Amino acid sequence: MTDDSQTRIADAVRSADVLLFMKGTPLFPQCGFSSRAVAILDHLGVEYATVDVLQDQGIRQGIKTFSDWPTIPQLYVKGEFVGGSDIMMEMYEAGELAGLFASKGVACAA
Amino acid sequence: MAMTTAEIEALIRAAFPDAEVEVTDLAGDGEHYAARVTSGRFRGLSRVRQHQQVYQALGGRMGNELHALQLTTAAPD
Repeated sequence: MTDDSQTRIADAVRSADVLLFMKGTPLFPQCGFSSRAVAILDHLGVEYATVDVLQDQGIRQGIKTFSDWPTIPQLYVKGEFVGGSDIMMEMYEAGELAGLFASKGVACAA
Repeated sequence: MAMTTAEIEALIRAAFPDAEVEVTDLAGDGEHYAARVTSGRFRGLSRVRQHQQVYQALGGRMGNELHALQLTTAAPD
């Protein structure tokens, strides 16, 4: 069960350049922190995929082990764990998030 | 089961004796906190590693008893 969720998480992380594990969907986030993460990505105009952890208990618990990170949302860029919503906000405000996307070859519209 | 500002502060201080720790109860409901931790131990560490160390100090409470903790970490100037 645990191993299966770890494999599924690894597959998901590989499947998209920018992947956000969140509660709810971009249109209907179910948590203020997830909502903030979505707003940052939208503002940068980057293309991203999301996984709604509320739809999958295995992933909801497994992602915490996968990244050694206890909370959701979690952002992955090109397979690398970037951080949760506080780190996203800090990096966004410092202009570092746009820089990270640029350095990883991810296009930003904004 | 909510935690108090003092409990959160004590756990962080126990793990980071040198740190400046400031914990704020954002909503006054014992559920939503912000913490600012400044410690020399953060020097040279990525933000992810810095936050992971604070989460370790909270010993598994983060995401459980402690639902929302807006975390800011820094090394002293």
